Amino acid sequence: MKEELQKRMVKTPDGQEFEIEPLRDYYCEAPPTVQTPAYTAIVEKIFNWARSESIWILGFGTGCGAIEMRPLMTPRFDAYRYGVQWRPTPRQSNLFIISGYLSVKTLKRVIRSYEQMQSPKYVIGLGSCTINGGMYWDSYNTIKRLDDYLPVDLYITGCMPRPEALLAGFVDLKKIIRAGKAEGANIYAENFDWYKANQKKVILDWDMPEYNW
Amino acid sequence: MMSFDWMQIPWSLLTLFIVVNYGLLMTALIQKIGARIGRRHGIPIYQNYLDLLKNYALRTSITHGVMFYLGPVFRLTGGIGLLLFVPTIYDSEMFSNLSFSGDLILALYFIFFGTLGMALGAGESGHPYSAIGVSRGLSQVTTAELPLALAVFAVALQYQTLSVTEIVAAQQGGVENWTLFTNPFAVAAAMLSFLGSMMRPPFDVVLAPQEIPIGPPTEYHSSYLALMQTNRVIFPIAKVVVFMNLFFGGAASWPVFFLKVFLIYMVSVFVGVVFPRFRVEQSVRWFLIWAVPLGIIAVMVA
Repeated sequence: MKEELQKRMVKTPDGQEFEIEPLRDYYCEAPPTVQTPAYTAIVEKIFNWARSESIWILGFGTGCGAIEMRPLMTPRFDAYRYGVQWRPTPRQSNLFIISGYLSVKTLKRVIRSYEQMQSPKYVIGLGSCTINGGMYWDSYNTIKRLDDYLPVDLYITGCMPRPEALLAGFVDLKKIIRAGKAEGANIYAENFDWYKANQKKVILDWDMPEYNW
Repeated sequence: MMSFDWMQIPWSLLTLFIVVNYGLLMTALIQKIGARIGRRHGIPIYQNYLDLLKNYALRTSITHGVMFYLGPVFRLTGGIGLLLFVPTIYDSEMFSNLSFSGDLILALYFIFFGTLGMALGAGESGHPYSAIGVSRGLSQVTTAELPLALAVFAVALQYQTLSVTEIVAAQQGGVENWTLFTNPFAVAAAMLSFLGSMMRPPFDVVLAPQEIPIGPPTEYHSSYLALMQTNRVIFPIAKVVVFMNLFFGGAASWPVFFLKVFLIYMVSVFVGVVFPRFRVEQSVRWFLIWAVPLGIIAVMVA
């Protein structure tokens, strides 16, 4: 564990002394719980429709696929037409696009960002690397199956998929959400121990809390 | 002599309802106009309703403390308060809302109220980006407020009243009676200040997603964010209503209201799509050099 993350006493400039424990002070360690649909079927249907038509993507690019997301914001493909927008903070995002190969170092950041997103949240695996490692199948520091680490709702295959493929993917994701089948956050909560075990198997320098919201 | 008619409460709520829906549609339309300038199609016109519904429908939310709860509430209070304490439609029993004889001072106070509440709420989230956003926002809004305050003093001196209703009444009877033509310096100072408080370029360094990720609301999500989105459509319109009443002759009916609000709002859009973004110290300097002297001249002329 890094030195700055360890429990220690600190002294302020005016002489006060107090104890800090970064992993407890800054994060919540309560594990996620299963969030069942809280309303009657018809209300939940309306909500699912709103969720499907207002998809906010976390502005986080992991691999080469991130370059395919940029044209979607520009006049040629303009994903805003379909209610798809990009948000700069995980708190406000609903969709995490793992765009291509995912190195173990990035996986750590991905897990933290994913856990900070609010339920219901969705994950799209973009490109072959997220399915079976793709051209990085024998790499020592990328993960091979994204589904072992995060609950994936949808894969978009290709190396690299064109922006059109992403747009088609959004349409498919909308169908999944509207059918009420995009319950990735609940799957993650139900199989929390299994996901954590898998994550810890590859992340050897685990220096963060079990769960950061 | 103050008289209060209970019927004003439902009428005020009706005003609020009209303004919220108008705001949701107009904000989307303005985003579409911005997108068309960038040769995009832009969001669907009903997108704001969906975003709002989606955010209210999120299943989880976390809190950072009491002030974190109250931040969006204060902000919404600022927006609704500003809207309800100035007359929306001139000479209308139904839509004069809760205006009274000293409402101009209260309006000035409400314009700043939401920003302060937000600063406290965002501060408690503990996120460094929020703190940076808040310090940028407060310094920019404070300097933008200076020329507005001067312009309001000038107008109050000119008409010898602090009641928005009386100021609107004094401007009736033709375009040439508008403050825009009777006191152009005050209007110029106020419109420059207006650019600064609309959170559009060149003065949007506080909230722009490309800067320190979106500033104060970094930690806000689900219903907190939805409250703030609601305010994002009420507050600019409430502010435009104040400007319309003080400088552009008010509105005597809803169609005139919709048109004038849209046109005044478009001023900030026109400027925004043409000019690049200022840094905070640049915008502070810009307000002090260009807007404040105009405000001082306006007060001296009055």
